[in-house]
Amino acid sequence: MHLILFLIFAGFCLAGAVNLLLQTHPINSALSLIVVMSSLAVLYLLLGAEFLAIAQIIVYAGAVMVLFTFVVMLLNVGEEEKTHGSKVAKIVGFPAIFVFFSVITTVLLEAQRRLDMLKMGGIQLSDAMTTIRELSQVLFTDMLLPFELTSVLILIAILGAVALARKEGHS
Amino acid sequence: MTAHLHLWLIPLLPFAGFLVNGLLGKRLPKALVSAVALGFPLASLAVVVRASVLFLSLKPQPIAWAVTYASWINAGPLHVDFTFLLDQLTVLMLLIVTGVGFLIHVYSVGYMAHEDGYWRYFSYLNLFLFFMTVLVLAENYLLMFVGWEGVGLASYLLIGFYFERKSAADAGKKAFVVNRIGDFGFLLGMFLLLSQFGSLSFTQIGVSLAANPAMQGGILTAIALCLVLGACGKSAQIPLYVWLPDAMEGPTPVSALIHAATMVTAGVYMISRTHFLFDRSPFALAVVALIGAATAFFAATIALVQTDIKRVLAYSTISQLGYMFLGCGVAAYSAAVFHLMTHAFFKALLFLAAGSVIHGLNGEQDMRKMGGLWKKLPVTFWTMTAGVFAIAGFFPFAGFFSKDAILYEAFQHGALGKGLYVVGLVTALLTSFYMFRLWYLTFFGESRATDHEHHPHESPWSMLTPLVILALLSIGGGWVGIERFGAYLAPVVGSVTDPALEAGGKSLDLTLSVIAVVVALLGLLIAHVFYFRKNDRAAKLAAAASGPYGLLVHKYWIDELYHNVIVTPLVLGSRYILGWVGEGVIVRGSAWLLGGVATLLGELVRRWQSGNLRSYSAWLAAGAAALLFFAVVGAVLGIGGTELRMVWVGH
Amino acid sequence: MHSSLWNDIPSFWYLILSALLFSLGVVGFLIKRTLITVFMSIELMLNAVNLSFVTFAHDWHQVKGQIFVFFVMMVAAAEAAVGLAIIISIYRSRATLNVDQIDLMKL
Repeated sequence: MHLILFLIFAGFCLAGAVNLLLQTHPINSALSLIVVMSSLAVLYLLLGAEFLAIAQIIVYAGAVMVLFTFVVMLLNVGEEEKTHGSKVAKIVGFPAIFVFFSVITTVLLEAQRRLDMLKMGGIQLSDAMTTIRELSQVLFTDMLLPFELTSVLILIAILGAVALARKEGHS
Repeated sequence: MTAHLHLWLIPLLPFAGFLVNGLLGKRLPKALVSAVALGFPLASLAVVVRASVLFLSLKPQPIAWAVTYASWINAGPLHVDFTFLLDQLTVLMLLIVTGVGFLIHVYSVGYMAHEDGYWRYFSYLNLFLFFMTVLVLAENYLLMFVGWEGVGLASYLLIGFYFERKSAADAGKKAFVVNRIGDFGFLLGMFLLLSQFGSLSFTQIGVSLAANPAMQGGILTAIALCLVLGACGKSAQIPLYVWLPDAMEGPTPVSALIHAATMVTAGVYMISRTHFLFDRSPFALAVVALIGAATAFFAATIALVQTDIKRVLAYSTISQLGYMFLGCGVAAYSAAVFHLMTHAFFKALLFLAAGSVIHGLNGEQDMRKMGGLWKKLPVTFWTMTAGVFAIAGFFPFAGFFSKDAILYEAFQHGALGKGLYVVGLVTALLTSFYMFRLWYLTFFGESRATDHEHHPHESPWSMLTPLVILALLSIGGGWVGIERFGAYLAPVVGSVTDPALEAGGKSLDLTLSVIAVVVALLGLLIAHVFYFRKNDRAAKLAAAASGPYGLLVHKYWIDELYHNVIVTPLVLGSRYILGWVGEGVIVRGSAWLLGGVATLLGELVRRWQSGNLRSYSAWLAAGAAALLFFAVVGAVLGIGGTELRMVWVGH
Repeated sequence: MHSSLWNDIPSFWYLILSALLFSLGVVGFLIKRTLITVFMSIELMLNAVNLSFVTFAHDWHQVKGQIFVFFVMMVAAAEAAVGLAIIISIYRSRATLNVDQIDLMKL
């Protein structure tokens, strides 16, 4: 059961990500990204993080991506133009990505091999969910200061965004 | 008894004089400059006299006294100290240096009275005294080398005193460079000594050699020959004599002091002081004797045809130094030093008298333009006569005793010695001839002066007094006799064979003395025939033997030979190295290289800053990937400080 | 049994998925020419990292992993807001969102 769910939603993730790359119009890319976010939310659920799954839907898919879509529509961004800025991006960048991915994979495979006796985390649907109680107990006691600071951060972001987006000349 | 002899004052007093006159002399009045210039050497002379008296009155007999003032070099196995040594030889040399030196200072006050740079002259002269006394007092080779180099420096400064004259400046340079070649030999000798004995101190080397009686030849010959090269440079022997005739460009008192009485004797002094080294190498001694005899003869031949009065005296000095070398070469060190002493007297006298003549004739140095001066410059004439008779070796003047001692010792020195004796005898004939030639040409006959504006006048008493004193010394200086002289120096240089003790020695000595006087008379007669009255016998002889005559007049073309064979290639080579290699390759090349590299790198790096967002992000990704890669690789291989740990934190 | 793949997925697979998503995000970051799309790729990268955090939080039974994800989300939201405001400003001044034409970083 778990396997099927995983395969479906992981597939959605990947499909959405690839589509993001392949689409030329930004609005299509935005919508693909929404698909990715939502699938990730389900994956979080499968991993036992119920609060995060909901937060992902509400905050990411529901707010951030909507913001993206707003801006795309506001600016009336058209299809991508094919300009050639630099070849370096492809010549240097792709090998870098390749190296990066292979290193990570190798490390993980190695870890998998070495810890196979102890079974590096099989994830089962019957594993306990992380309740909000547990989450908030840590958040509001150990992590209180970062929590408050994050609030301040959001406040600053709001102010910044407002300041930036105002048309010039207005007081 | 170690009464405080205050030996350190002997060099430092003239040095103080040098400083005062050198730094302040330009602004001081001339009288004060003279007072300083005379006062400090006089004080030094006083210290010398006191030290000598105290030293020589030690009972039961004076023993050599060394005093160390400070440690100088203390580097691993090399230990050199500032040590002064006082023994009979040092006392003698110090008396000569400071005594004759002081007389020449007095003379210079009169001679240089009208010169610019009066203060500069005296400061250099005091500097010379400082270095010469250091040379003589030194107890080790290195300190002696300090004095050695220093007198070379003072000589350069004083030869080039009239530096605005190109010939004078060139002569100074020539003296310094040729001396340097000799110093190279001296240095090599010091290095070899150091490697062989581990010390440069005379006493220590002497002790090492005494403890090792079987050591002969080999490395000691090498050391001795290197030191002889140094001595040849300083004492103007073949092949390094070429600087001395040119050194006559300096003022005449300088020629008297440095190039007759004191500096040029440094080589002879060095050999005598370290005779224990040379005694172990018969080959080196033979070389010294041969060089001495050859130089004596060679220089005497050149002096036969010189027309400049100072040049004659210069070649005469070279020749007499050859005699001293000959004396050293036959291991008759005390005879050589005896001749050194008498030569200091009469050669200084001759130079100063010549200077008086030149001064009286308002700068004329060419003997062909002199003549008829014996009435006009009486004191100069009589004192110079004393000097001429002394150098020619007439009895009872000083030169007779010392030259005779050397020739006797040479004769006693085996087959080679007898050959050298003959050479020495012939040279004595030549010496007598050219000195009387000089005497006749300068003082007798009708005046051949071309300058009719100035009339010859006698010199002031500041110049004449030293002449008189030196004349008295030239007359009476030899009467101490070689036996007593040898006995005096015996603790230092070993004893010389005493004619009185050898079988048939006294009669041989008498025979040789008579021969020497006869030879001197012969020279006088020949000179009389040629030069007493004006005639053309000399000119006819010169025309008849024009080949040899030309060779002599051009000094055997040695200067030209050296110039073409040695100097020109060196100059070309160094110009090449300086110009092409030095300036071209190194300076301009490296500048071009640095500039080029910087520009190139700049061009490369500049392309990186394109402003293009995508290329920036590409490099960012590449950098991150590289970091990750090297972290993991490093962890896997165990290098780089990262660790790869697989930890399972528990279920 | 419980150790079959049907029920028991190794967390390794989640981590590989996370790595893949991250790499795709970097690819997008490099090849996309519209500024907004580049920004979206960045968001994709952040999400990939979130996934790996949650996976490890599950594996190690630590809530702190999820807390971290929480904070990442907050910061990403704030960043999105400000970033989009900047994009709007750029569009206003340059009338284009093509990354190759916004190169006034060049001196």
